[in-house]
Amino acid sequence: MRPIRLIAAVCVCLLSVLAASAATIADSELTGFVRALGQGDFDDTERAVAALAATGDERVAGILDRLGAGDLMVRKADGAVFVAAKAGKDVALADPVTGADAGTAPKAGVEKIKVNNRLRRAIASAVGNLTLMSPDPATRRAAAEAVLKSADPAVLPVLDKAIAAETVADVRATMQVARATAVLASDAGEADKEAALSAIAGLGTRDALSLISPYASAEGPLGDAARKAAAGIERSMLLWDAAQNVWYGLSLGSVLLLAAIGLAITFGVMGVINMAHGEMVMIGAYSTFVVQETIRAYAPSLADYALPLSLPVAFVVAGGVGILIERSIIRWLYGRPLETLLATWGVSLILQQAVRSLFGANNREVGTPGWMAGSFDVGQMQVTWPRLWIIVFALAVFLALIAALKHTPLGLQMRAVTQNRAMAASMGIRTPLVDALTFGLGSGIAGLAGVALSQIDNVSPNLGRGYIIDSFMVVVFGGVGNLWGTFVGAMTLGIANKLLEPYAGAVLGKILLLVFIILFIQKRPRGLFALKGRAVEQ
Amino acid sequence: MITGFLLSGFDRRARWTVAVLAALALLVPASNLLLPEDSLLHVSTYQLTLFGKYLTYALLALSVDLVWGYCGILSLGHGAFFALGGYAMGMYLMRQIGARGVYADPLLPDFMVFLSWKELPWFWHGFDMAWFALLMVMLVPGILAFVIGWFAFRSRVTGVYLSIITQAMTYALLLAFFRNDMGFGGNNGLTDFKDILGLPIQAPATRAALFAASALTLAFAYVIASAVTASKLGKVLVAVRDAESRTRFIGYRVERYKLFVWTLSAVMAGMAGALYVPQVGIINPSEFDPSASIEAVIWVAVGGRGTLVGALVGAVVVNFGKTWFTGALPEVWLFALGGLFVGVTLFLPRGIVGLFARLRRGDAGGRTAGIPAGEAAP
Repeated sequence: MRPIRLIAAVCVCLLSVLAASAATIADSELTGFVRALGQGDFDDTERAVAALAATGDERVAGILDRLGAGDLMVRKADGAVFVAAKAGKDVALADPVTGADAGTAPKAGVEKIKVNNRLRRAIASAVGNLTLMSPDPATRRAAAEAVLKSADPAVLPVLDKAIAAETVADVRATMQVARATAVLASDAGEADKEAALSAIAGLGTRDALSLISPYASAEGPLGDAARKAAAGIERSMLLWDAAQNVWYGLSLGSVLLLAAIGLAITFGVMGVINMAHGEMVMIGAYSTFVVQETIRAYAPSLADYALPLSLPVAFVVAGGVGILIERSIIRWLYGRPLETLLATWGVSLILQQAVRSLFGANNREVGTPGWMAGSFDVGQMQVTWPRLWIIVFALAVFLALIAALKHTPLGLQMRAVTQNRAMAASMGIRTPLVDALTFGLGSGIAGLAGVALSQIDNVSPNLGRGYIIDSFMVVVFGGVGNLWGTFVGAMTLGIANKLLEPYAGAVLGKILLLVFIILFIQKRPRGLFALKGRAVEQ
Repeated sequence: MITGFLLSGFDRRARWTVAVLAALALLVPASNLLLPEDSLLHVSTYQLTLFGKYLTYALLALSVDLVWGYCGILSLGHGAFFALGGYAMGMYLMRQIGARGVYADPLLPDFMVFLSWKELPWFWHGFDMAWFALLMVMLVPGILAFVIGWFAFRSRVTGVYLSIITQAMTYALLLAFFRNDMGFGGNNGLTDFKDILGLPIQAPATRAALFAASALTLAFAYVIASAVTASKLGKVLVAVRDAESRTRFIGYRVERYKLFVWTLSAVMAGMAGALYVPQVGIINPSEFDPSASIEAVIWVAVGGRGTLVGALVGAVVVNFGKTWFTGALPEVWLFALGGLFVGVTLFLPRGIVGLFARLRRGDAGGRTAGIPAGEAAP
């Protein structure tokens, strides 16, 4: 009996090689192969698996998966193989090929096809082979990644075939790396292995490093090549890490820019230290929350546009509160900057407590619209959409503000008042009005910052507290009365912060920066881009 | 000579203040320890400790007033000097615990054992001796202030910029002391004290003694501050406050005067912190919070800056209000404090003391010498 079956299996193998190009075979034929799985010992099953895999039928991968999971059972009565599932005391059977229901059988009437580790490996490799040739690129990619993990030299022939047939570029790239790892694990010649090494090294990723590192400790030319490749990867990873940190730094810098730019205006134009500036940011964030809740309640279809719709609302609300503060408190304190500082600190306490009483002390949730979620990769750098949007937004606000200062009548008047208040007043500029509008503009921009920050920070009454000191640092570092100074200051501090972080830790990095700024102010008391001339002594 | 200098501080107001403080130092502990509990004049230990805390706040306010009211330096970082003095005292108290901690390590404080430190960091050595700790209470804030002031005043960092620097300083220290590997107990700070100078720290008699010490230290500091402000140096300070450039052009080395009063003030703040810690029983990084420093400034503003007694009055009044509000109407406290900041700067630029002085003179306003006429005005 046995020799006959063996011959049959060999014949089937030959046949199936011919049939592989067809990729599908008749159900009855396939059932024959499946039936072979349930006969004999582990060796027989392994041969049956090879035979089944060689058919190349697209259903085979699923069947082999079930076998690996231990779901296949043999009916003792006739030796037929079924997919079994528990059904009370009995076992529910289904045809493995067609999936059709095949009734139930008592537990005693069926026997599980046992699988050992060697068989499991054979199944995994066979499934990998099958899926590598699958018509679905996603399946092929997953299969290539599986091979990448197993690094099984046995797959090499199939892999070569798959690479030759592959049309999707990045799937082919994954396959080639998988092939290189398999070559490294095989007994191929030194030259082949070195070629494989350099193919992996070309990736330059952390994964590639972990693929190569086992060989770096080897003797001989291969070990040397591996070490060199590993060093190269480490270098490129360092660069990519730095690039990633610079990117984080740009993102932090634009957050700082958004928070500080309004402060730069009020501080620069009016010489007013607005300690309540952080609370304007907070008000902007809460406006976003209110707009979002209103839209969710009355116009759920617009929910994705809640964020852009909040922009004007936040600007107007925060700007309005700013003008109110200016008219009621600050205008009595001009020329006394230190007292303005104290009064606005008081305002900030009141605003915080007011928001806490209105909205509660807990964090409020502001959703991220669908079009802002997600991320994409640039090289080995991950770029998340919210960060990108914040950078774009900060730049847009900054450029719009510069344009407004340069090309609008209000901007002209503001610049005149900044340079020489008395002279501007005698030229007929109504400086109190300019002051109120400037303060409103600065506060409104803080409100816009709040909309952006609602995406990356907790919307709580303490939101503003976290930004006020940083914003002051930016303004003082960049130089008062100079928006470009604020821009450079924000970006420098943001990037320096993120570059320091990996080496010194987040907290120590921040401390170092604060100390640096304290020392810097000693050297240049008026900041990076100081106003020159008479304005200095004001 | 020093006696003569100090005696010059005894003007009429100073005599009254010192007399009141000395009476407090004597009577309050006496009422706490001697009178029966149901007596109308009895002061409970809780109240005693609370008033003792106010007195240390008053000392902090006095130090702020010295630089702000008389020299025009608005420090938003005096809380840092206060906290540094407090930490120096806290380290002494931690070493006094000895082997009575939870982990019973004879040398290392509990938090170091918890973080599995093997030996005492170098900066903790010497703090088992009271005289060394007391020296550090004054030296650490003093040296920090001297270094910061040396650089800042020499490069003529003034006004708002100096305020922001001091705020950055206390913020940096806040972040630093939150770190566990700084060796100051991280965000839990130093607490669970047992003894001070060999006396149990919780005992009523020790608390009464601490109260008396606070009152007497405050009186002593007041006399020093009064002497400084009454001296020729004090006149120069006021000149710096009102017209810094002009004073410099006349030929005074403005930065030296500023540096002196700035350092003196920081030492006072450190002493206030050192008296504060044994009375409240804990010191943690929240004392470095920039808002704590700004609050100290508002005490001075409420009481009346540029008058030493105003600082004392302001600190006690505001903190009494805080204790009452946070107990009775906690959600209103921030409104009240914020309103205080706004109202005092708008309507009471000379504080409570200035208001009383004006009422007594019966005039409707008018600026008088010794009261700030608005700083940094060109």
